[in-house]
Amino acid sequence: MARNAEMTRSNGPAATRRAALSGLALIAVPRLARATPEERDAALAQFLAGRAPQRGRVTIDAPALVENGNSAPVTIRVDSPMTAQSHVTRIALFNEKNPQPQVAEFRLSPRNGRAEVSTRMRLATTQFITAAAEFNDGTVAVDSFEVIVTIAACTEE
Amino acid sequence: MRFPLAGLAFVAATAALAQAPKRSGFEDMSPATQAMQRDDAANPGLFFALDGKAAFARVEGAAGRSCADCHGADGGGLKGVAARYPAFDERSGAPVDLAGRVEICRREHQQAPAWPRESRPMLAMTAYLGLISRGAAMAPPDDPRLATARERGRALFTTRLGQLDLACAQCHDDNAGRRLGGALIPQGHVNNYPAYRLEWQAVGSLQRRIRNCMTGVRAEPFPAGAAELIELELWLAERSRGLPVETPSVRP
Amino acid sequence: MARALINFPSPVPRGAVIDIRTLFEHVMETGYRYGVDGKAIPRDIVERFVCLFDGEVVFEATLHPAIAANPYFAFPLRAEKSGELAFAWTDGKGARHVETARLVVTG
Repeated sequence: MARNAEMTRSNGPAATRRAALSGLALIAVPRLARATPEERDAALAQFLAGRAPQRGRVTIDAPALVENGNSAPVTIRVDSPMTAQSHVTRIALFNEKNPQPQVAEFRLSPRNGRAEVSTRMRLATTQFITAAAEFNDGTVAVDSFEVIVTIAACTEE
Repeated sequence: MRFPLAGLAFVAATAALAQAPKRSGFEDMSPATQAMQRDDAANPGLFFALDGKAAFARVEGAAGRSCADCHGADGGGLKGVAARYPAFDERSGAPVDLAGRVEICRREHQQAPAWPRESRPMLAMTAYLGLISRGAAMAPPDDPRLATARERGRALFTTRLGQLDLACAQCHDDNAGRRLGGALIPQGHVNNYPAYRLEWQAVGSLQRRIRNCMTGVRAEPFPAGAAELIELELWLAERSRGLPVETPSVRP
Repeated sequence: MARALINFPSPVPRGAVIDIRTLFEHVMETGYRYGVDGKAIPRDIVERFVCLFDGEVVFEATLHPAIAANPYFAFPLRAEKSGELAFAWTDGKGARHVETARLVVTG
């Protein structure tokens, strides 16, 4: 049922005919190149550069369930005073099942006053997203969060 | 041949369901999607509406006129107009929706080239007319000349279509509030078009949404601008009477 | 046609940490999708977003195709003095869109 990805991007009579072959495939998940959790781990390892990440200093704030994987709001907060002595320098966001494991990387400084960034991301399917932060003292921290993706019943371009 | 619908029994509308209070699709969205619509700084539909605002003030066509020259600056007397369409067009003797009305203005009053229905400038102009109508209660005209077309629209709404043999009413009247796969079935109101749909990652018209539904039930969609779609829009506007205009809305 | 919506409070008292929110109109085409003709739709994404205050970088983002269409970013900034905020989005072909706005700080 999840195989007929093409129909999600089709229109008109051709789509109608092709859809007929698929019976009741009201939910179609685009068949795409997929990253793997191992690729996510590799991308994360590159960011961590051999340092053991702390837990609890980074928090992902995202809905546990999103209606459409095309746009899911994500906020990453890091526990840091953001002073010249102690601040976040980088925040990176990763996923495990999109075509590429990287989502975005942000650079911050004490000028930000607070360690927080929000964006909207794509999620090919239900999966864990992982945020990592790097501090000016060289320490690193991570957090992971599972987002369940439901999809509109009648998907079509 | 009838396909069995897994996990979803289509039952005749019970009195209780039929009398369910009118509920904008907004109410059925996740808090995250609602927040995106509430916040103009986060709603990509505003790009279209702001383009429409600029086009409203711009002189176009051989007649050398802008929309504002007739209707007044900043939408002028057109505030609320999106709540009052489709309406009856005297010249053609037929109902027209808002995009059709814009097209008539461009042709007759501006002598400007046509904007295809799903084109950026047409979506932008209708999004702007929706924006200046925000909050107005849907109030389709009580014009007896529209009655026949509206009745045809109502009939179409309850006619089974396509290889799945489903009528609009079976989902949006009889089973609204229940789930089809992972998605909540909304009542199917039309107080929010053009809309920014996450599924489209773009702004689209009500006709595009209806055509999507038709493809969804494996029917051949009516072409953009078809009389059947206008008739359906007439009935849909009547069904949505009283709901506030939300254009440009965000929908999943 | 591409355009941006930028939102932040101003004027604000000195020392306040304000939230800057930006929305940029862009398809963010991933390069992983296929059109109805069966051909791959070429990748077209914003790859870099940067915010400068009086010419100094105060926030920077590197984007991948997993960022949603019409990229949205919100980030804080400590308001220390009045000055010019510049926002720049650069796509994979090097095209750059810049917007500027003035931040007014009181006290």
